[in-house]
Amino acid sequence: MPDLLLELRSEEIPARMQRKAAGDLKKLVTDALVEAGLTYEGAREYWTPRRLTLDIRGLVARSADQREEIKGPSTKAPEQAVAGFLRKAGLSSASEATVVSDPKKGDFYVAVISRPGRAAESIIADVMPGIIRNFPWPKPMRWGAASMPKGTSFGGIEGQGSESLRWVRPLQSIVCVFGPEHDETQVIPFEIDGLTAGNVTYGHRFHAPVAITVRRFDDYVSSLDKAKVMLDADRRKDMILHDARDLAFANGLDLVEDEGLLEEVSGLVEWPHVLIGEFEPEYLEIPAEIIRLTIKTNQKCFVTRPQGAQEGLSNRFILISNIEAKDGGKEIIHGNGKVVRARLSDAKHFWTRDQGNLPDLETLQDAAQRFGLDLAKPLDQRMAKLDALNVTFHAKLGSQGKRVSRIRALAAKLAPLVGADAALVDRAAVLAKADLRTEAVGEFPELQGQMGRRYALLQGEDASVAAAVEEHWKPQGPTDIVPTDRVSLTVALADKLDTLVGFWAIDEKPTGSKDPYALRRAALGVVRILLERRVRLNLLDVFAQAMPDRQAAPVVSSSDEEGQVAQALSDNSYINETFPVVSVEPQIAADLLAFFHDRLKVYLRDLGARHDIIDAVLTSEADDLLMVARRAEALTAFITSEDGRNLLAGTKRAVQLLAAEEKKGTVVADGVSDELLRLDAEKTLWAAITAASREASAAIGKEDFRSAMEALSKLRAPVDRFFEDVLVNDEDVVIRANRLALLKAIREATGTVADFSRIVS
Amino acid sequence: MTDLPDHMSPTRSFQGLILALHHYWADKGCAVLQPYDMEVGAGTFHPATTLRALGPKPWKAAYVQPSRRPSDGRYGENPNRLQHYYQYQVILKPNPSNLQELYLGSLEAIGLDPLLHDVRFVEDDWESPTLGAWGLGWECWCDGMEVSQFTYFQQVCGIEVSPVAGELTYGLERLAMYVQGVDNVYDLNFNGREGDEKISYGDVFLQAEQEYSRHNFEFANTDMLHQHFIDAEKECQALLAAGAPGNHANQALHKCVFPAYDQCIKASHVFNLLDARGVISVTERQSYILRVRTLAKACGEAFLLTDAGGANFGKDAA
Repeated sequence: MPDLLLELRSEEIPARMQRKAAGDLKKLVTDALVEAGLTYEGAREYWTPRRLTLDIRGLVARSADQREEIKGPSTKAPEQAVAGFLRKAGLSSASEATVVSDPKKGDFYVAVISRPGRAAESIIADVMPGIIRNFPWPKPMRWGAASMPKGTSFGGIEGQGSESLRWVRPLQSIVCVFGPEHDETQVIPFEIDGLTAGNVTYGHRFHAPVAITVRRFDDYVSSLDKAKVMLDADRRKDMILHDARDLAFANGLDLVEDEGLLEEVSGLVEWPHVLIGEFEPEYLEIPAEIIRLTIKTNQKCFVTRPQGAQEGLSNRFILISNIEAKDGGKEIIHGNGKVVRARLSDAKHFWTRDQGNLPDLETLQDAAQRFGLDLAKPLDQRMAKLDALNVTFHAKLGSQGKRVSRIRALAAKLAPLVGADAALVDRAAVLAKADLRTEAVGEFPELQGQMGRRYALLQGEDASVAAAVEEHWKPQGPTDIVPTDRVSLTVALADKLDTLVGFWAIDEKPTGSKDPYALRRAALGVVRILLERRVRLNLLDVFAQAMPDRQAAPVVSSSDEEGQVAQALSDNSYINETFPVVSVEPQIAADLLAFFHDRLKVYLRDLGARHDIIDAVLTSEADDLLMVARRAEALTAFITSEDGRNLLAGTKRAVQLLAAEEKKGTVVADGVSDELLRLDAEKTLWAAITAASREASAAIGKEDFRSAMEALSKLRAPVDRFFEDVLVNDEDVVIRANRLALLKAIREATGTVADFSRIVS
Repeated sequence: MTDLPDHMSPTRSFQGLILALHHYWADKGCAVLQPYDMEVGAGTFHPATTLRALGPKPWKAAYVQPSRRPSDGRYGENPNRLQHYYQYQVILKPNPSNLQELYLGSLEAIGLDPLLHDVRFVEDDWESPTLGAWGLGWECWCDGMEVSQFTYFQQVCGIEVSPVAGELTYGLERLAMYVQGVDNVYDLNFNGREGDEKISYGDVFLQAEQEYSRHNFEFANTDMLHQHFIDAEKECQALLAAGAPGNHANQALHKCVFPAYDQCIKASHVFNLLDARGVISVTERQSYILRVRTLAKACGEAFLLTDAGGANFGKDAA
């Protein structure tokens, strides 16, 4: 069976887009072929910076003939119905339809439409231009003479205006050859915007500028290989990785591996050649992370460390060139070394400058006073500068300075609840965002926190304060580490809660897949801290205290009612300029709490908790998430025990029976009356309920859910016996009402722990 | 170029590098223009690029543009940062299909052998918020150093371009440092002579860098600059209004775009100076950029109503 080889050769495709584009090409082409009735045995995509290639094997040469029957109306049907049928079937008159007789239905029309199979070549030529024209590049572009306005031309090429072909970078040539595995192949010469598919491609830009004619995938790959193009990106990656490791090893070093960088570098070269360069050892006094990021981000090179060392770097770096240079790479190494040195010299410059004084310190006095900063210290100066510059955090939430004020005030309230030293928390909150003004973080935003911690330690901050400056950003998602230091935990909670309450207050909530401020991650971070570090917090109280200063941007609202609220908020904010104590509107708080509940459910389910159990313990006003989790834990243990299962069954029976009677309007007594209890089983149950309720309530008061469950488990035998011995629907209305009240007492007793009716057993 | 005397070689002198590029691009059919006689932040601001990139008329030009970035001043103390430097700018409209090859040819013309040096095209999308312009292309690397910017314009002055122009921008000092093998920009040999006859880049520019750094960061009168900005903005709008097409058939064209665009450039440079003086807050910054962009857009739209902007393009034949 024939194979198809397709190559789209262009100017350099951004490295980060190549893998996905090649995958898209495979999917689009194979889907279109299958859709057109062609099957194939296998397909594989390849890519280099200058080409996307698709190798499809075992493609059938023709699509199958197709025969379709469309049933029509009776021959006696009204003219309109027949006309409609003819239109649908694409026939011009009823004489073209077949008449079929049916013993029951009589005669009716059938249109038989047969479509002969088509040659694969013609299908391919048909589908390719559309696929290329509508290719899903993230940011396609137009180019060249074809982008001249319509009705004009340049160099013999007709202008297509804004309809000219779009591709990620100019598309240079197309190869499309089709044919049997061992026989002659043929070009499928489809055309698109003046570009005609052929069988000619080019190898390495500098090493092999001569045209290559290809027949099929096998000779294509080997010709490219001779022309110094390694087609398979994974092979390039593999080769780069192994050569880099070997070269490092030969120099007594270990390669610091980096999968992201490896992927990117393999998308920058067609013929990788690994070399080693160096810089002056004195640059090693710069923190290793800055060196690594400088060399990686700006130069796309790998760093190394002395063999066997766990940290620290060596002054040699690994670079990957795209040519086998005539001089063995001497010039390339020399040139890259110079650039790396210049970059490190910049890095060293900002690393030292961050530790020095800012100019114009006298202009920072106000800010220093506001935050209790010591302007003799570099990081304090940066915080003062951050405040003085009025850098916007969010247009409606004010400046970074205001934000730090809010975090600081909230952290002060949280500190005793988390069990952290108040003074350390205050200092950490004040310095937490200071490194946003350092040059190191300006250059590498991903180092925020990390740099702050280093600078904090260098100016002699308490270790907990320094740790919190870094760790208050954590946890950044479901797998990131949750800090243990109480100071870090407090500031982390204050930061995240301030963000969440703020964005809720201005109605910038995540919707669907859109979550530009990473609010889901922030809420999950809070959930993880509360649960994994066992912190009890009544979130509704916190929401009320974390309301942002709305003075920053008066809320403009169309509705009068909301306008008044906004007015009230800004009025209140005069009470305390930096941190107005304003209560959050109740519906906003409830909505935010529901958002936390969703995060909590996801988190607990990921840990294997049953969703019905979570539902049973999670009431809409439950705002102490740690307690919710403990309740769920205890309930899980309880209902998997035999007593638990039986009590659950008994309770459910009681609840159902009661619900049925309540629905019928049967009288249920307000409370259980001792005098009306006739049978032993009734009396025992009532005594047991009274005792268990008391015990369970006491245990819950102490948040001892296990004991509460144990207390309830004592109800199991009396409940079972009650249902065996007692007929609830006594003829005597008064007795019946009392017995129903007894059932209600079961529901209420168990309800102190969970809503048993929600548990699916 | 092999018959050139040593002191004219692009690898020996700064001016030799410029001459080699002029020679190369002149040979490719470009009009070799002179620098624009106003302060601009980059070669792109030259009307030969910004305005000529608009409209349907084909265009090819190459020129050196002195570029001023006030906040990059380092008092002459940084070996590769300058508040005044040279860009070599090439614009080809529509871009020829072999633009990459032409560019690589220019590197060979200045002495960079692509089998000795690792030349790479690394993704870099270009955007100028003040000009309302963007394009796609690359940073061109030579042995890990960015030596040029290569852009296919997609939008200029907020207007979708048709046809697309290819723009090449060479950082001349950086390129010269590379080919001359010098680590400090001020050590560049400017005239290619040695000994008493040698003129270095430092001889020409060091004092100026020191003085302009003082001006940009310390001395420039910000009240006056604020007023200049407002004046330039007003004048740009006034000129565009005065030259606007009338209602009569013989008044279909705009009559005053280049002078208006000068005022737009002026506003942009004044803004850069104010920014360097540190008197513009973060929010103000955005609004200044927006104001300049509004001027640029208005100039671009007016240019399309001129002869050079293609208002009569294709009508001659009819």
